[in-house]
Amino acid sequence: MKVKLKVKRTDPEKGITGYSQYTLDMHDSATLLDALISAREYEDGSLALRCSCRSAICGSCAMRVDKRARLACRAKVIAITGGDEEHEILVEPMGNMPVIKDLVIDQESFWTKIRQVDPYLQPAGPVPEGEYRVPNEAMLDLTHTMNCIMCGGCVSDCTVLEVDKNFIAPAALAKAYRFAGDPRDGHTVERLQKLSEYGGIWDCTRCNMCVEVCPKGVAPMNRILQLREMAIEAGITNNTGARHTAIFTKSIVDGGRLNEVWMVPGSVGMFNLPRIMTELPGALKMLRAGKLPLAQVIPPGAPGSHKMKGMDRVRNVVRKSAMLKPKKAEVTD
Amino acid sequence: MAVYEHDVLVIGGGLAGMRAAIAAQQLGADVAMVSKVHPVRSHSNAAQGGINGPGVGEDGGPWEEHAFETTKASDYLGDQDAITVLAQDGGGEVLQMEHWGVVFSRKPDGRMAVRRFGGMGKARTFFVGAITGQAILHVLYEQLMHPARFQAMRMYEEWFVTSLIVDDGQCRGCVALNIRTGELHAITAKATIVCTGGLGRVYEPSTNALICTGDGIAQAYRVGAPIMDMEMVQIHPTTLKGTGVLITEGARGEGAYLLNKDGERFMQKYAPNMMELASRDVVSRAEQTEIDEGRDVDGCVFLDMRHLGEQLIKERLEEIYEIARDLVNIDIAKELLPILPGVHYIMGGIKTDVDGLTPVPGLYSAGEAACVSVHGANRVGANSLLDTLVFGRRAAEHAVPWLKGKVFRPIPESVVEKDRAMIRGILDRPMDGDRVARIRRDMGVSMSANVGIFRTPERLNKQVEELKALRARYEKVGVEHKGKVFNTDLLFHLELGYMLDCAEMITKSAIERKESRGAHTRLDYPDRNDAEWLKHIVLTKQPDGSEKMSYLPVTITQWQPQERKY
Repeated sequence: MKVKLKVKRTDPEKGITGYSQYTLDMHDSATLLDALISAREYEDGSLALRCSCRSAICGSCAMRVDKRARLACRAKVIAITGGDEEHEILVEPMGNMPVIKDLVIDQESFWTKIRQVDPYLQPAGPVPEGEYRVPNEAMLDLTHTMNCIMCGGCVSDCTVLEVDKNFIAPAALAKAYRFAGDPRDGHTVERLQKLSEYGGIWDCTRCNMCVEVCPKGVAPMNRILQLREMAIEAGITNNTGARHTAIFTKSIVDGGRLNEVWMVPGSVGMFNLPRIMTELPGALKMLRAGKLPLAQVIPPGAPGSHKMKGMDRVRNVVRKSAMLKPKKAEVTD
Repeated sequence: MAVYEHDVLVIGGGLAGMRAAIAAQQLGADVAMVSKVHPVRSHSNAAQGGINGPGVGEDGGPWEEHAFETTKASDYLGDQDAITVLAQDGGGEVLQMEHWGVVFSRKPDGRMAVRRFGGMGKARTFFVGAITGQAILHVLYEQLMHPARFQAMRMYEEWFVTSLIVDDGQCRGCVALNIRTGELHAITAKATIVCTGGLGRVYEPSTNALICTGDGIAQAYRVGAPIMDMEMVQIHPTTLKGTGVLITEGARGEGAYLLNKDGERFMQKYAPNMMELASRDVVSRAEQTEIDEGRDVDGCVFLDMRHLGEQLIKERLEEIYEIARDLVNIDIAKELLPILPGVHYIMGGIKTDVDGLTPVPGLYSAGEAACVSVHGANRVGANSLLDTLVFGRRAAEHAVPWLKGKVFRPIPESVVEKDRAMIRGILDRPMDGDRVARIRRDMGVSMSANVGIFRTPERLNKQVEELKALRARYEKVGVEHKGKVFNTDLLFHLELGYMLDCAEMITKSAIERKESRGAHTRLDYPDRNDAEWLKHIVLTKQPDGSEKMSYLPVTITQWQPQERKY
């Protein structure tokens, strides 16, 4: 099988960037990593990339393949090209992290963010003589998160991090869940408080990119959503994100639809005038477009607020979904 | 030249290295770690199936049982004093990992669950799905990220060691290349612990990661440390067709069958009692026999997991399910998985005592790079993780009190200059048409063909000639890339040098051992011969550059050698 690659190159010593093209003859079941290694070993010894295990457990070979972060060792060439030998695979270093050389990125900012979430178990009480007794379900749940190999793919393609370097980003937040959700850890509330600050769990826009690019099924965004539920459950609600969730829910439970008029003050705080003022131009635009119905001037829950038909059914759905909330497991003795 | 000085220098960031670093720090030492990859990229990740936990509750079982089974599996080449230490200290390490946060799978009562592993009389292996090594590796790194540890420890991350420094009869650290800058530096230390793992890439194919190139074993050999049991190369029974990727023994531990092309559970013929869970050497030989006698399909036999059920597979063997799906497009819940034996682990390595100490003062080793020897002629599954933790910790706990009061001796610049000149020599060589990758491939393929499962004097002697030719090519081959930053072309050249050293040691030792024991099967000497060969083969480089082959007796405490049947 013919494999065509177009690889983004960065030579820090000469200060130049560009692209190299390689055409390789590979066996039909080759992965992109096989092709890159072949290029490096037999065509161009200057091509730099990290790789080691070849089986998606070491996390070294994450890179952007046709604009999406992937592990090269898990990317079958034939699956990328659909069998079209003329398809030139575009290979670039991961995003959101500086390039050292070619496909090798500097992961220091990645690890700094991991360290920000206090990524070590902080046991509640004295250490037991034997093992902690905990439910298997809790361990299996955490094992899904421990599946993370710290490849950085989710951070590379995180759309929030692209505009706000302060965001702790998906990998570190998933790591945070691994402790907040661990029945052996005694600092859940403190962790959730810290994670509710600026840059934390409420700054995710739920674009789902991290879920799509994660090669290990960790689904970081879903872990972020779990952390949000845990934070609200723990009463950590004095922040925009939690208030947004509350007014959103209230609005639905009350009237069956979003009350756009009260969303902003409900989220940023009723008396947060400066912040509300910044939203005014947007609100006026919505008003002009007829998207702020006058009936919604009455806040959700107040007498006379607008109600959709069939509210019983809406409330039923809300009640049922609330029952799905898992509770954090505890050490059993 | 920047001067780096530390009490303890740990080389390698895998399980043994991180365990040693944490233990040394807990004892108040100034610790540095140098690793050619970020610690979580280490090959400890690949240990999927589990870790034996002798003495942990009822399931771990009494330590004596574990020690006996380890001894028996070693084909009585393991040193029983060392095996006793492994079994007695092992349980504590497993519990320590649990207390640090490893998410071990549980039983309904909340205690840690066990699965059965090959060579073990009962289920005593604790596990985290099929990611046990990865889970422990990441949890140890979590511990290193604790601010108190992280700030106190110097990490030389992505530094490549070019040589160990031995001066005045003592090991005083290493010379290493900062991969990001291309600069060489001396990192001096009062005690150096080599935890660089195995050498699987000496063979092609191999389950091992590309970084497993025997660096530490070769470096220690070059400074005169004795290297032991090098003929004992473990061939794992289940590696994936076409890729060499490991399929955990946990699959058989959960009940998977091995079938030949006729659908026969062929292990009935070779190990009627333990069947698929006989020792690894036994199962691999059985598979190779089936393949050699034509009861294979495309050079493979099959692993059958269909009867295990989708739920168990997804819960306990998820990693295998994904590997099979992604790499060979097979649904293991519904289809047979083609597998074959593949090179997996080196039982031999740097000879140490039970505290990780080598005969070179200041030089310690632990983990796969070391040979204590607890694995003898064949390692039991789920003992490798245990080995790294027990002896990583013990090496640090011996080194820290030992180095108290020792002073740094300035290292002459000439030590670094020697390696600098060596590297300049490689970079200055013209490309003569040959390539490092080609030599490495030829080495790997010939090692597999000639020093594999079944060994004959013809094949072994042929490999000696092959290696001479490969060595001659290596002395002449250059590298294409001359840059300083992340010059992997140069690193692969240096790694190939280490691998050739290891390949030569494996082949020489295999020629020397004129019997069949554990992983070492000589067709011309098919039986174990305790009268003559119940001893270790040791290779030591002499100060004049020549090599000495010697023998060490096997330590036997309570288990006299007996016939090994499964």
